[in-house]
Amino acid sequence: MSANRVRVVVTGLGATTPVGGDVTSTWTALLAGQSGVETLTTDWIDTVPVKFAGTAAVDPTEVLPRPETRRLDRSEQFAMVAAREAWQDAGAPEVAPERLGVVVSSGIGGITTTLTAYDTYRERGWNRLSPFTVPMLMPNGPAAWIGLDLKAQAGVHATVSACASGAEAIGYAMDMIRAGRADVVVAGGTEAAIHGLNMAAFAAARAMSTRNDDPQGASRPWDRDRDGFVLGEGAGIVVLESEEHARARGARIYAYCAGVGYSADAHHITQPEPEGRGQIMAMTQALTDAGITGHDVKHVNAHATSTPAGDIGEVQAVAKAIGTHPLVTSTKSMTGHLLGGAGGIESVFTIKALQDRIVPATINIDNLDDGIEVDLVHGANRTLPQGDIAAVNNSFGFGGHNVTVVFKGA
Amino acid sequence: MAATEQDILAGLGKIINEITGIPASDVTPEKSFVDDLDIDSLSMVEIAVAAQDEFGVEIPDDQLKNLKTVKDVLSFIQG
Repeated sequence: MSANRVRVVVTGLGATTPVGGDVTSTWTALLAGQSGVETLTTDWIDTVPVKFAGTAAVDPTEVLPRPETRRLDRSEQFAMVAAREAWQDAGAPEVAPERLGVVVSSGIGGITTTLTAYDTYRERGWNRLSPFTVPMLMPNGPAAWIGLDLKAQAGVHATVSACASGAEAIGYAMDMIRAGRADVVVAGGTEAAIHGLNMAAFAAARAMSTRNDDPQGASRPWDRDRDGFVLGEGAGIVVLESEEHARARGARIYAYCAGVGYSADAHHITQPEPEGRGQIMAMTQALTDAGITGHDVKHVNAHATSTPAGDIGEVQAVAKAIGTHPLVTSTKSMTGHLLGGAGGIESVFTIKALQDRIVPATINIDNLDDGIEVDLVHGANRTLPQGDIAAVNNSFGFGGHNVTVVFKGA
Repeated sequence: MAATEQDILAGLGKIINEITGIPASDVTPEKSFVDDLDIDSLSMVEIAVAAQDEFGVEIPDDQLKNLKTVKDVLSFIQG
């Protein structure tokens, strides 16, 4: 890391999740160990083997004006809600449009729009489709709408890497500021995938929990009886800013966005590489990029989705790349897995953990699995030390994508 | 029974409010969609699709572009 490189800070946070409609309510729920997972009562539920999911605690149509909700896919609605919260939280910074960027991603875009529009087209004809069908289903739609809302002209991007999308967006946003392309970038991830087809497809991949008699106990990372992930929905957005720009306007600084590491497994389209080489590479590169060592990292918000193979592989990779000392948690035990939104909300949680110096406990660990050497936080929340510490958010995606983002206390 | 102009105006006002957020009471016959109500061409397509469902009248694209005012739409729907 060059000594004079532009430093990037986090000045705003926004989130809408299965446990809360904003950052404060979500964080309070996580610290209280509350699950946002519930049995679904939709009309397609009898057609799929998984009967539950983490539906957003606050429906975005209750928050956004009606004309806006008509033109936005649900994934875009979540992104807009979280982006507006983050922007206000950052103090609505004054920035020239050509110095303002947006990088907001989702894993599978406006898929509910795609499927609903297909039904409309087949049953009623092309001329009954909304003229906004394309901008509702395109995966860059969430980024584009936020860009329009904020008049961002420095570049509006949507990095897509399945469940690593949100973290990749934040890394890309940091790179934009470091490269001098922007002073402020709104970044994160969103997902609205609770639809029969997605549930069926993930179930077909044998990736989802089918613990239908105990939905709130279904997302149980590192527990011996875990049986797959639980789908969640929502969005998490951060406002990143060059330190110089933030200091000049007297902004409140949550943390430094200090480093990012990217890698690809080049192993299998869905299965993690058993030795964790790709994950280790992403974590190691992120630490180097941040100019720190594993010793500086005191907390890891793990990707850990409650799948049999993934959870153990990740903590073994953490032990090798960072060490066994960080406090490791999986907030997915409470929110479920937001796919492309995961890196967004979990970066927000990582930053909140640094700010409040507390790590929310992973819930539902009744019998810890074997092969875990790291310091897993379960049973009760744990405090983080004061001083100059760092925390890491891991996000991994189908396709073998690995992204690690490093945050440092301000 | 044919809908009266008042009924159609009320229905149209409701549709326009739903799509654009403009108060239904602002939707009066003399208003121009572009100049007075600030409705763009894609919103006009949305309104036309909803009006077709509501009033059971097909509005082809080559006709839609001639419907400049609320009164034009009322006349078109009434045939």
